[in-house]
Amino acid sequence: MRLIRAVGNWFDQRLQLSSPIRETMEHQIPRETSSWFYVFGSAALTVLALQLVTGILLALIYVPSAGEAWNSLQVLNHQVTLGWFIRAVHGWGSNFMLAIVLIHMVQVFLFGAYKFPRELTWILGVCLLLMTLGMAFTGQVLRFDQDAYWGLGIGASICSRVPILGPWLVQLMLGGPIIAGATLSRFFALHVFVIPGLLIGFVGLHLLLVLKLGINEWPMPGRVVRRSDYMAKYHELTHTDGVPFWPYGIWKDAIFSGAILLCIAACALYFGPFGPSGQPDPRIIQTVPRPDYFFLWLYALLSLLPPAMETPVLLIGPAIALVVLLALPFFSGEGEKSWKRRPIAVLTILLSAVTLGTFTNLADHAPWSPMMDASTAAAIPAKYLTGRTPVEIQGALVFQSKQCHNCHSLGDIGGKRGPALDAVAVRLTPDQLVRQVLQGGGNMPAYGKNLNPAETTALVAFLETLHPSAQSPARDASLTAGIEP
Amino acid sequence: MSDVTRRQAVLKIAMLFNGVVGFLLAIPIVGYLFSPVNRGRKNGYASWVSLGSVDEFPAGQTRLATFRNPISTATDGETADLPCWVRNVDGSRFQVFAINCAHLGCPVRWFPQSQLFMCPCHGGVYYADGSRASGPPERGLFEYAFRVAGGKLQIRAGELPTPGIAANKTLIQIERTPPCA
Repeated sequence: MRLIRAVGNWFDQRLQLSSPIRETMEHQIPRETSSWFYVFGSAALTVLALQLVTGILLALIYVPSAGEAWNSLQVLNHQVTLGWFIRAVHGWGSNFMLAIVLIHMVQVFLFGAYKFPRELTWILGVCLLLMTLGMAFTGQVLRFDQDAYWGLGIGASICSRVPILGPWLVQLMLGGPIIAGATLSRFFALHVFVIPGLLIGFVGLHLLLVLKLGINEWPMPGRVVRRSDYMAKYHELTHTDGVPFWPYGIWKDAIFSGAILLCIAACALYFGPFGPSGQPDPRIIQTVPRPDYFFLWLYALLSLLPPAMETPVLLIGPAIALVVLLALPFFSGEGEKSWKRRPIAVLTILLSAVTLGTFTNLADHAPWSPMMDASTAAAIPAKYLTGRTPVEIQGALVFQSKQCHNCHSLGDIGGKRGPALDAVAVRLTPDQLVRQVLQGGGNMPAYGKNLNPAETTALVAFLETLHPSAQSPARDASLTAGIEP
Repeated sequence: MSDVTRRQAVLKIAMLFNGVVGFLLAIPIVGYLFSPVNRGRKNGYASWVSLGSVDEFPAGQTRLATFRNPISTATDGETADLPCWVRNVDGSRFQVFAINCAHLGCPVRWFPQSQLFMCPCHGGVYYADGSRASGPPERGLFEYAFRVAGGKLQIRAGELPTPGIAANKTLIQIERTPPCA
């Protein structure tokens, strides 16, 4: 024991770090801030450390070459002892990281912590959010599989829409004319050197500001922030009703961070690593590329926006969002901090959460994508086929072989791109059905060139049978016997 | 006093010297970073590549063909092996479509029964001649210029087709050589 102390003293005599560290750890914080609401920032820092360690461990095996990356992931998954586990922890760590960062941001927003004098802390935080998203996207690329390959194509297509500079941005992003070796190498450099370097620097500044300016006090309705007297009031608060961070605040941070690490490890153990899916061979086109979970909302947005609005929304939307986030502490730098007195702030959070949640949920089902194998893999329910005439059965065959099933469902089986056809005969008369099939419209291709008259007749005869037994099919009222000329 | 100004002068010279050195170093660094763009502008990425014998593409059919991208490196692996759709319109006229959907670049699949290209991502659909049928794409499929030389079908390829304006104008253009070629 004495020896350890002696060695410690020897180092401290030279480094002289122990007293500044002790001062930092024991700095005064307002009593109410030793709260379970104040643990997300430190949890994000802990997960960052976990990502750094597991990232370095993966880099021991991973080969950042377009020709070899996928194979090296297979080696990690199947050959290297516990390689699958390290991959799983890194993958789940990234999911938890994004979730914690978002929760941290919501908490900071609702508690008014971005207000004077913590504007710069918020701005650095916004930069950190962008970097975290950047790490998520580049990380998805390093898992160099089919999703990564086609995801890069989507990224390039979005870049190409930038006016004038677009095509050059694409070449810069890809590192050449196509998605290939140079592309993976530069995403590796971004994911492993550039963004983590910036991330560590920005996290350092972010933390420094938290220490210099003090942690945000617990917001009380009516305790209004004013630039003129805030500093004095905060100083008074921390010194009349303050406690040292160590040990009053830190134990909650430590327990929460530990719990998060345990959750990540448990998810990694139970669910295993993410992918890789199929080989990144562009010749394998039997693929249905999907983005990772945290970009599903964007996938939904890109499918649901009207085509003409897509480019403006894609290019201007993020810029507006960024400006709003960065400018927030300047147009709302003073005033009430408590969310109880800031209904618009609460509504903004609720609206954003519902929007993101809805888009993510929609993208999970992707009703806008045709079911690519429905014509061979999705059956027509037997109830739509029993007791039908030969022509109607022939029509069902046309329905199946002409890929109608890829976009239209019957009995909830098949694509959801177009409307379900279980009761189509109630909605459209035979003439309207013929017109719709041959001319298309309303987002349906025209089949006029691809169906002969016999096929059209059969198909419409089949569609005419699709109505509930208690409801008769639609009829053209002008053609009823009474008024027919 | 004169000593202070001398110090300041020396410091200024030192900073100027470092500025000049930094600028000189920045030239090759920026040149290196932007090399993908430069190369594209000077000589262009596109060149003629063969898709195989014309006989492999029967009249009236649309078939998948593959080619090695004309510009590729040793580390590209399979990513430089690119597919495309070849439509032999009537035995002498061809259309060669990029695999990439004109919306966001996902691989479109050909369905011969319904004579449609469908995209698995956001639901873009195209007719047999590549024109837009439905969904989010704002235009038809990208087409490669083609020619027939020595019984081989060749296309002018080399760059990922994207909806960007310049790419459409300079690299992917509909340019059909006469059928007797």
